[in-house]
Amino acid sequence: MSPHHISSSFDDELNSLRSKIVKMSNLVEEQYKNALIAMQNKDQELADKVRETDRLVDQMDMEIEKQAIQMIALRSPVADDLRDIVSTIKISAGLERIGDYAKNLAKRVKVLSHGKTISVSSRFIDQMIKQIREMITDVIDAYITRDIDKAIEVWRRDEEVDNLYNNLFREMLAYMMKEPQNIALATHLLFIAKNIERAGDHATNIAELVYYINEGELLALKRPKDDSSNYTVIEPNSENL
Amino acid sequence: MENTSKAMIKARNVNVYYDDNHAIKNVDLDISSGTVTALIGPSGCGKSTFLRCINRMNDSIPSCRITGSITLDGQDIYDKTIDVVQLRARVGMVFQKPNPFPKSIYDNVAYGPRIHGFARNSAELDEIVFTSLQKSGLWDEVKDRLDTSGTALSGGQQQRLCIARTIAVNPEVILMDEPCSALDPIATAIIEELIEELRSRFAIVIVTHSMQQAARVSQKTAFFYLGEILEFGDTSEIFTNPKVEKTKDYITGRYG
Ligand SMILES: Nc1ncnc2c1ncn2[C@@H]1O[C@H](COP(=O)(O)OP(=O)(O)OP(=O)(O)O)[C@@H](O)[C@H]1O
Ligand SMILES: [Mg+2]
Repeated sequence: MSPHHISSSFDDELNSLRSKIVKMSNLVEEQYKNALIAMQNKDQELADKVRETDRLVDQMDMEIEKQAIQMIALRSPVADDLRDIVSTIKISAGLERIGDYAKNLAKRVKVLSHGKTISVSSRFIDQMIKQIREMITDVIDAYITRDIDKAIEVWRRDEEVDNLYNNLFREMLAYMMKEPQNIALATHLLFIAKNIERAGDHATNIAELVYYINEGELLALKRPKDDSSNYTVIEPNSENL
Repeated sequence: MENTSKAMIKARNVNVYYDDNHAIKNVDLDISSGTVTALIGPSGCGKSTFLRCINRMNDSIPSCRITGSITLDGQDIYDKTIDVVQLRARVGMVFQKPNPFPKSIYDNVAYGPRIHGFARNSAELDEIVFTSLQKSGLWDEVKDRLDTSGTALSGGQQQRLCIARTIAVNPEVILMDEPCSALDPIATAIIEELIEELRSRFAIVIVTHSMQQAARVSQKTAFFYLGEILEFGDTSEIFTNPKVEKTKDYITGRYG
């Protein structure tokens, strides 16, 4: 950790910004935990709670942005302080988006509760949510402890989320062809998975920001980006069925 | 004297001593025309000492001894054949405290051109005074009172008068030692704007304690620490991503 600033109130402000990010990430992580339980148990009340939490998350994002702008105006930060504060605004915005996707999952609990359960897809979704929760926790941990190895590790993990999504996508296509009467339900599940996949992308961006704060350079590694669902085509007679 | 716009100062292995006090240690620095170079660093690290070496203002300090070499356009400025008065016309200096002569505004600006014989007649001298005041952004404010005393101007105006006086002798390099430290934000902004305009014609070296000012006006920054240059590079890089820990601690206000 770098030595302290001569102005201790500046250190206090930086710490308060950081603890707000931690608090916000805890809320977002909880949104995913509850969204999953709500989907599994078709629990509308819990789903509503996820949506309420989202309002808190939005509010925190605005608070963080306001405080960061104030610090830029009053402290004129430079070097890693400047990178830290500007990136924190973007991290907060990223968490806010990740929270939005959780809200989206919660919205679909109502539809899900009318349909039957598709067991394969729920297994994938369970795993995706587990992954995203860990990514959120670990990337914010990396942000607080300034641990770039951990940030890179989270960044690489996005591949797993993408793979889960691609697998689920193929399953769903096959399922829809087999049981066209359940296309509506399958489509909802697809959207759910897509939302989690997008959340993973935002967590990955946060990992890149953590790297930038520490190194002053952009993460130059190439992400094994592979959302093959963009190109997946299944013919009715193909072997996938 | 011809003003070659490619004025270039090269300092090599410069060491400065005040008796036993080793104030500047092995400093190498290139200063290019068209560039503002900022010297930053904690109090007492040798910024003013180094600046004074560039136009031999240290010559008048008996305890001061300088080794190494400083060249201007390839010519060693400490060479015996160098006329120091001529040198100071080529390498002008603006100080922290505006120090106009207790003379009229006109005579303050005309002083240098007169002693260097730059004007053949009074019309030419008028022209030099006019363009210098114009370039320093003071003309409109003083054109109706050129015969009043320079010391009767406001601090910011006095500083611009000193800049006009410096550029009146058509220098190649302008050295500025905390030129805005006694000025309010408006006067500071005017001087900074002036520095930006002058940059195309001169090489400018500015010592400043305001990190924001260094970041705003300069293209190159040298960080001095205990008489050494610890880091030199593009200002944009130094202020976003300094490579040396000590530089970072200094500009971000941390305990080193
Ligand atoms: N005229 C002098 N006689 C003797 N020692 C001097 C003289 N001028 C400066 N020094 C010494 O040289 C060292 C560098 O001083 P200098 O004035 O160059 O620092 P500086 O970086 O300009 O500091 P500041 O930011 O406070 O103006 C100091 O140790 C100072 O005491
Ligand atoms: Mg000084």
